[in-house]
Amino acid sequence: MVEKRPALSFLSHLVLILGVLIVAFPVYVTFIASTQTSEQIVQNAPMSLTPGNNITESYKTALFGGTTQYGSKVSAVGRMLWVSFVTAMVIAIGKIIISLLSAFAVVYFRFPLKNLIFWMIFVTLMLPVEVRIGPTYEVVSSLGMLNSFAGLSVPLIASATATFLFRQFFLTVPDELVEAARIDGAGPMRFFKDVLLPLSTTSIAALFVIQFIYGWNQYLWPLLVTTHENMYPIVMGIKQMISGGDAATEWNVVMATAILAMLPPAAVVLLMQKWFVKGLVDTEK
Amino acid sequence: MEKRVIFKSTCLPWLLIAPQMAIILVFFFWPAGQALYQSVLSQDAFGTSTEFVGLENFKRLYNDASYLASFKTTAIFSLLVAVCGLSVALTLAVFADRIADVNKWAAGFYKTLLIWPYAVAPAVAGIVWLFMFAPSIGIVSYALRAVGFEWNHLLNGNHAMALIVLAAVWKQVSYNFLFFLAGLQSIPKSLIEAAAIDGAGPWRRFWSIVFPLLSPTTFFLLVINVVYAFFDTFAIVDASTHGGPGKETAILVYKVYYDGFKALDLGGSAAQSVVLMLIVIALTVVQFRYVEKKVQY
Repeated sequence: MVEKRPALSFLSHLVLILGVLIVAFPVYVTFIASTQTSEQIVQNAPMSLTPGNNITESYKTALFGGTTQYGSKVSAVGRMLWVSFVTAMVIAIGKIIISLLSAFAVVYFRFPLKNLIFWMIFVTLMLPVEVRIGPTYEVVSSLGMLNSFAGLSVPLIASATATFLFRQFFLTVPDELVEAARIDGAGPMRFFKDVLLPLSTTSIAALFVIQFIYGWNQYLWPLLVTTHENMYPIVMGIKQMISGGDAATEWNVVMATAILAMLPPAAVVLLMQKWFVKGLVDTEK
Repeated sequence: MEKRVIFKSTCLPWLLIAPQMAIILVFFFWPAGQALYQSVLSQDAFGTSTEFVGLENFKRLYNDASYLASFKTTAIFSLLVAVCGLSVALTLAVFADRIADVNKWAAGFYKTLLIWPYAVAPAVAGIVWLFMFAPSIGIVSYALRAVGFEWNHLLNGNHAMALIVLAAVWKQVSYNFLFFLAGLQSIPKSLIEAAAIDGAGPWRRFWSIVFPLLSPTTFFLLVINVVYAFFDTFAIVDASTHGGPGKETAILVYKVYYDGFKALDLGGSAAQSVVLMLIVIALTVVQFRYVEKKVQY
């Protein structure tokens, strides 16, 4: 604190409180809508901003599906949550494992074509899946991986961010540790398991948070590779509820689904906030 | 940079690197090669006949008014997202940094409440904002009408653009905020104190000292936000406006998807993919060159 300016301190708090409120407002509206009936939302426009009494009904319909009182069918979100969870976990854990291994190889070994391989991995940093959707779709479909967990997750593991994070980290590990391990007669895999892995736990946690959110929030890719409703992740399923065609949109169920779709990644961010912040700042630097 | 001490083994490194290489070869290099290859072919919608057409697909793109319009839409969209997102986040971060000097607890509290939108999926963000701005039932569109502003993003392209910009900025503010806050907290306090002793007020200190020292962070975030607006906002557009009304909010990635999977123009879609790849590569090169300069400085 350089000087005392009560007015400015007051302004600071005011701006931040306003910021927090504006950021939270959309989610507040979403939550309130999920506690009302779709009639209340559509007919008394604008909807009231106080909680309604339909909360159990909305969430039950969202989670287990079924027919609403207006006759429109709603598909079960419970299954979609499971699909999203499995996909996000496979992407996060798969990425961490393959990049730990390849970063270990790149940093601790010298082998022919190492530079070429390093550059091949580096190039994948540049092209997100969005710019090559068509051809990647064809590859996945010719491998028979449409409508499967493998098709949803494996192509998204093909990126190098995690490899680079671990490479950066391994380069900061002191050489003395390798020497000590070698004197004690430990081979490379023993060193990897007993020295390198324990040292990397923070980086692994940080990366897990980022990749879990990345996997959970995928939209375009599932839109292409899934056609069966029982393989829809929730982020994509929620969209299908709106473009229902002739049936009226059940906004209370849609909003309940939106809350369900937000909860797991938001919980991961808030519970693992420390690693999340570290992970973000580290992966990008 | 190389390690001084390494392990010796001929086949182990290959084994270790095999899973990653297998995945990037199959799901990255093969498709990327396919995109390049298809971009010079022309195929009918049923995939029965294919012929080599050279750069015809690119020429067609260049002469396609709707593609150029989509370029313009994307440029406007990403500029708006970057400028709005950065200025809102910077304002919040500056005030949060000021509070952090006095009250660590309060600053941490605000930070926690500001960062969670990062976790919200773009598609969900699009739907939530669509719900608030829906012309007939939306609560915000109702409020706007009450003050005499007729909101209808289904008819008015500018309104639709404003809607996707709002949703995209809302989702990205937390990310920008974290980086600005980290940047602000790494500025040495002594510089600020020296300026204060010389009689510079908070406004002057911000523009003459803090903002210039923050420029690497700002530049980095500018690139990241442009990339975000280009590639990660497909879900927002698809969930809230479907690229409409007309094609007013059809950004480039949306057009690749639409032309390739709805209109089944594979060659045209592949050519668009190649153009997008070039854009990302250019952006990445710009970013790395700048980062290197910063290191030398």
